[in-house]
Amino acid sequence: MTGGPDLVTPALFLSLGLFAIGAVGVFLRRNVITVFMCIELMLNAVNLAFIAFSRARATLDGQVLVFFVLTVAAAEAAVGLAIIIAAHRHKDTLDVDSFNLMKW
Amino acid sequence: MTPVQEELLIATIKVVVLFNVLLGLFSFMTYAERRLLAFMQFRLGPNRVGPFGILQPVADGIKLFFKEEAMPAGANKWLFVSAPALAILTAFLSIAVVPYGPTVRLFGRDVQLQIADLEVGVLFLFAISSLGVYGIVMAGWAANNKYTLLGGLRSSAQMFSYELSLGMSWVGAIMLASSFRISDIVESQAGWFIPNWNFFRQAPGFLVYLVAATAEVNRTPFDLPEAETELVAGFHTEYSSMRFALLQMAEYVNMMTVAAVGASIFFGGWLAPVPALQRVLGYDIGLLWFLLKMGAGLFFFIWLRGTLPRFRYDQLMHFGWKVLVPLAALNILATAAWIAFR
Amino acid sequence: MTLEAVLFYVFAAVAVVSALVVVGQRHPAYSAFALIVTLCSLSALFGLLGSPFIAVLQVVVYAGAIMVLFLFVLMLLDVKREERPTGRGWALKATAIALGAVLVAQVGTVLAALGPAAGGFNAPTRQVARLLFSAPYLYVFEASSILILAALVGAVVLAKSD
Repeated sequence: MTGGPDLVTPALFLSLGLFAIGAVGVFLRRNVITVFMCIELMLNAVNLAFIAFSRARATLDGQVLVFFVLTVAAAEAAVGLAIIIAAHRHKDTLDVDSFNLMKW
Repeated sequence: MTPVQEELLIATIKVVVLFNVLLGLFSFMTYAERRLLAFMQFRLGPNRVGPFGILQPVADGIKLFFKEEAMPAGANKWLFVSAPALAILTAFLSIAVVPYGPTVRLFGRDVQLQIADLEVGVLFLFAISSLGVYGIVMAGWAANNKYTLLGGLRSSAQMFSYELSLGMSWVGAIMLASSFRISDIVESQAGWFIPNWNFFRQAPGFLVYLVAATAEVNRTPFDLPEAETELVAGFHTEYSSMRFALLQMAEYVNMMTVAAVGASIFFGGWLAPVPALQRVLGYDIGLLWFLLKMGAGLFFFIWLRGTLPRFRYDQLMHFGWKVLVPLAALNILATAAWIAFR
Repeated sequence: MTLEAVLFYVFAAVAVVSALVVVGQRHPAYSAFALIVTLCSLSALFGLLGSPFIAVLQVVVYAGAIMVLFLFVLMLLDVKREERPTGRGWALKATAIALGAVLVAQVGTVLAALGPAAGGFNAPTRQVARLLFSAPYLYVFEASSILILAALVGAVVLAKSD
């Protein structure tokens, strides 16, 4: 399948857009699980950028890197949710602003 | 017509045909299951509606169609309505990659009897069964009912626990065929059935698949999530009429998918047990062999339901994680060692 | 417009709309389902960009496992309560959106300066696997398996009630 349409540039712009949406979400949302989901959205935007560049340069390194990002995201989601459950047990709230014990 | 349009047309025709065949098979299965279970339990089953009760599914369909569609008061409307839709979507998607016959010559074209011969076919099956968990989770949660929530969570926990061993049981067959394409796995089993079909070459993998597949489709002895004596009816308590019919359809179509996949990966798909029986009167009857194997798998599920008692939930989880996963991993190791040192 | 391009834009539009739902929706469970839709449309995009292996892995790992974990936590912690907007108001929202727009503008100018790339690339799984299991990615692979083990133990220890 040679000479297909240029999908790389639209893919990169889409990746940028999703990253920006995720970043705005991390700033704006107050529920800690929703913030976590916006972080996952940012990670996925980066995955899309990796795949787009892998296609642009016709190498496979991008895909191997996405494989590792997927692995790390899974590990991070597990540990992060465990922390959220433990924190919820203590404070019985999921509001990001209420976890402020270490604020000066 | 351009080649792309032609391909799309052929694919659409295959999809329409397969969809209707599966729906017909589903209604036949509801009748067959009740009859066979009845015979196993020394009674008769439905035999009044039509000759030998064969029109029972039609009667059931009409009854379900006219029942009232109740939605509980605090239920989450969007999720309540879309849960059965999602369940049936994932159930039908997985059938798309199963090869149900060899490449035949129809109307002067070579037509592959498979809707999509994906390069990563087996992984696609794994992906779709992972998505199948969501229909149940949504159904259990949306009804605003403690029992359905617990039933939904239990059922989805059971499903993704056994998914792991399900996927690992296929890895041995994938290694022997050295490809993720299901048609390659079928073709790697060419020859006489005893040394070549994967149920023999990969016997531990096949046993793991048998157990894990039964647990995946929530059939007895792993049907705790929807047993009538537990948690009312589990995650589909609050569903009535057509939505309930959709959930039942999703379960039966999942069962058919699992039987079809088992036939493809472990029993040689559309290959005959003896190569001499593959062609009759010059025509390749692979499709008939495939249907025979799939039917045998479905009969086995019904047979199992009539025979075995139910697992308790903690026994079920213990078995899935502590017995099946190590067994599947050992199978992979043994296959890898054999391939490396032969 | 070829079929490929049409499908690309359709899935891209679905991804953007559901990402906006993830960020904008009040109820966290709806955000979770919208994120699942985003992940599946991204998987379709990966397939269109010539990586079928990663496309399927995305569904298996992300949409099929990580999001199930999220949904379980949401359902067991019973986040039926919707977020109440406080008097923090417009200033913060406007600043966040303005910063997002600045990010898009900056990176967008860099991306626009890249030339167009040729199409036609399809990554067979066999070659991806060969690359993955050769140095240096092999060491990263082994290290990531230790990482997963550590995460497993950590998650169990952290979430246990004592």
